Amino acid sequence: MDIRELTKGIVRSNPIFVLLLGICPTLATSNSLATAVAMGLAATFVLVCSNVVIAVIRNAVPKGVRIPCYIVVIASFVTIADLMLQAHFPAVSEEIGIFIPLIVVNCIILGRAEAFASKNTIRASLLDGAGMGIGFTLGLMLVAFVRELFGSNSLFGHQGILGSYQPMSVLIQAPGAFLLLGLMLGLFNWIGQLRKAR
Amino acid sequence: MDLNRIFAIVIANILVHNFILTRFLGLCPFIGVSKRTSSAFGMGMAVTFVMTMASFITYVLYAFVLKSGAPLLVWIAGAESELATEGLETALRTVSYILVIAALVQLVEMFLRKTFPPLYRSLGIYLPLITTNCAVMGVALLNTTDAPEPLAMGEAVLQGFCAGLGFTLAMLLMSGIRERLELLDVPKPMRGVPIAFVCTGLMALAFLGFNGMVR
Repeated sequence: MDIRELTKGIVRSNPIFVLLLGICPTLATSNSLATAVAMGLAATFVLVCSNVVIAVIRNAVPKGVRIPCYIVVIASFVTIADLMLQAHFPAVSEEIGIFIPLIVVNCIILGRAEAFASKNTIRASLLDGAGMGIGFTLGLMLVAFVRELFGSNSLFGHQGILGSYQPMSVLIQAPGAFLLLGLMLGLFNWIGQLRKAR
Repeated sequence: MDLNRIFAIVIANILVHNFILTRFLGLCPFIGVSKRTSSAFGMGMAVTFVMTMASFITYVLYAFVLKSGAPLLVWIAGAESELATEGLETALRTVSYILVIAALVQLVEMFLRKTFPPLYRSLGIYLPLITTNCAVMGVALLNTTDAPEPLAMGEAVLQGFCAGLGFTLAMLLMSGIRERLELLDVPKPMRGVPIAFVCTGLMALAFLGFNGMVR
């Protein structure tokens, strides 16, 4: 049972492609793999830590003020993640910009706090947070992989992966992000429907 | 404020750097509430109102409490102290902004429930969700910290208002498209959200045409 809490976030209820949560950072930070990985790890860190803390305090917090309490917990961990990124990876932090502090309003994190960590044990909440975080990071990396490879012909900044391929620069701009995410969602729906039909 | 700057802020936030279409902020309500034009308009207005108010309040908070050399810090600890020269911006920015915005949204919700019950019912669960709408938090952060040059208070409020208008514009365009989409024969896996994203992509492509109008 425990391991299911961890794996459910990766495919069956992937936050990006199935639950459609956290779309803003997905689109904004997926134009290169490096920013996508940094964003995914920062969000995972916040998700795991806040899930654990909220599971610890879940019986001590009165029902009426639980959302503000959760927000303060989440915002504290976001500040920690923000400062750590600024200190250790200033270039990536600069590129992601306001989307690191904006993790605080990411629907995945408050959603898991409210739907899962406020009702479950510490252990289950830890696994749930880790699973959701990994699912988010992998989804983000998948989008970023396609966008960086075909949009600027590079991976993790290494140029010329596809040889003399002429990159489609629209993919690393805003319209390409929307188009690609729409097509990917359609593709995953299609696969899901094919599997159901079988 | 000179007229050029006002004009630049208005054009930049409504068209060139549209919050939804180029900055990727506020996509959850954009996808969630854009099925009907009436609710899209209501949501847009609610977000515009909250964004304008939030811009003002967070700017005041930033200028008087958080930034280095802020009057409150100088008053508490003295001008030479470490607290006043460093400011509290790095440590408390995220926490204080989100709390102020959450309180503000709660206030707007109570006000709407009392005065416009139909609008309150049609916005349903999305009103509390304005708290976690990254457009509101985003405009607060852009106003105070990530601006290319520091904004004055009036400019920050104007930027909040115009960003809200840009958000409403994109919501309205999208709801018009989606009302029509329902009558069309879209391939089954693409129905609903995927085709909405593809349409958004095409809209964003059209909005790229505004690039270069300001800076």
